[in-house]
Amino acid sequence: MPFVAFDRVSFGYGDRPLLRDVSMQVPRGQVVALMGGSGSGKTTLLRLLGGQLSPTGGTVAFDGQDVAALGRRALYRLRRRMGMLFQFGALFTDLTVFENVAFPIREHLALPEPMVRDLVLMKLDAVGLRGAADLMPAQVSGGMARRVALARAIALDPPLLMVDEPFAGLDPISLGTIAQLIRTLNDALGATTIVVTHDVPETFAIADQVHLLGEGRIVASGTPAELMASEDPFVSQFLHGRRDGPVGFHYPAPPIGRQLGLGR
Amino acid sequence: MTRLARLGGWTLEQVLRIGSATRFFLRLCGLAALSVARPRLVLDQMHFIGNRSLSIILVSGLFVGFVLGLQGYYTLQRYGSAEALGLLVALSLVRELGPVVSALLFAGRAGTSLTAEVGLMKAGEQLAAMDMMAVDPSARILAPRFLAAIIALPLLAAVFSAVGILGAWLVGVQLIGVDAGAFWSQMQAGVDLFADIGNGVVKSIVFGFICAFVALYVGHEARPTPEGVSRATTTTVVASSLAVLGFDFILTALMFGTT
Repeated sequence: MPFVAFDRVSFGYGDRPLLRDVSMQVPRGQVVALMGGSGSGKTTLLRLLGGQLSPTGGTVAFDGQDVAALGRRALYRLRRRMGMLFQFGALFTDLTVFENVAFPIREHLALPEPMVRDLVLMKLDAVGLRGAADLMPAQVSGGMARRVALARAIALDPPLLMVDEPFAGLDPISLGTIAQLIRTLNDALGATTIVVTHDVPETFAIADQVHLLGEGRIVASGTPAELMASEDPFVSQFLHGRRDGPVGFHYPAPPIGRQLGLGR
Repeated sequence: MTRLARLGGWTLEQVLRIGSATRFFLRLCGLAALSVARPRLVLDQMHFIGNRSLSIILVSGLFVGFVLGLQGYYTLQRYGSAEALGLLVALSLVRELGPVVSALLFAGRAGTSLTAEVGLMKAGEQLAAMDMMAVDPSARILAPRFLAAIIALPLLAAVFSAVGILGAWLVGVQLIGVDAGAFWSQMQAGVDLFADIGNGVVKSIVFGFICAFVALYVGHEARPTPEGVSRATTTTVVASSLAVLGFDFILTALMFGTT
């Protein structure tokens, strides 16, 4: 049984469909990347899996459980087995780095203070920021904040890690560090990771499987090597970042001659 | 026809909003009662909220007392009853000005910062992150602030009234020369514990509910953008001030018959 299964999932706001008939499975232990342009619905897939949104059609299953069918209490029990890294970290700005990582531990486990401290320092050490424990989130750089958020996401050793746009707005060094961390932590914790991103080289270096989304559908799936070898025009346009291809450069518009009042 | 449809749509929207606000309020009340189980969170918030407003309450109370002393003396001495100044000032403050003015100041000082704090937490996805950690943000963030504000406002109102009376004493007795014995004894004899002070306390508790609810609701519903949050803080001041003044009239009218 796959750890996470999307079965013909549809979703939309009002009558604007965002996802159409998306089916996809994530086996245990893998790092799976969901890629696609902005607005292709990849973050929405994470929100559906976390139960923040409910699909308008189809089912999303986590470890055999239909996420949308759960009540609040059952959903919260399920979420304790998920770690999520938000796009910009979403650290609690009024708490120190240490307290941020300690937050889920304190809220969910009644552990004695020395044990909380050891656990938090171990998590921070895993992301290389044990020395930054006493800083406030405003005092650390974007890449460091992302790593703190990663330490917080793995604080309860969740079997599933969801990572939303981990590479957005980072310098090249931080970028590589985060990518390697995601892979290492996934393997060390025996977790399963879903990464939502549009950064091709970093993702292809760490992912086992890649699903490419376009216009609310899965356009292509495969290992990084398979996708790289793909002849599909959309896949090759996306992976190589070409301006011309199935995705047009121009937003749909009437002919420019008519709009400028030239010729008739 | 389209105008009619628009009116209908607007009405539906408003009814929906009233419904969601009511549910939010009831949920907050329930969660606030539960948050007694974690007194540390509530105490921390009381400390923040109370401290934030204390200086403005002290200064305003003092000056309102000064002015009451001057204006009260001006009117009373025309009828040769300047000794009643203490009674006039105490009744005005305890029954009316203490609860109302401190609620207005509280909305401007603590209410706006609550709205901004919650709105920014929403914009920074902190509330969503907490929710994804299986920690209910309404219970962890909103409820302790709600309870703390409800407890803090009556205390601040009491401080306001006390400082105001001191201010009136400074101006009336020390400066103008009203008889100190008459000032205090008239006050002591004329202010009733239940009819006057009790009414004031009831008012400021109601105002505490209003200010806390408006600040948290507006912050929680703010659009998660910088403009959304800045607009929300303005909404908090306007909405809580109007609600406080409106409820003040209703409460005064209700209490008037019984006292």
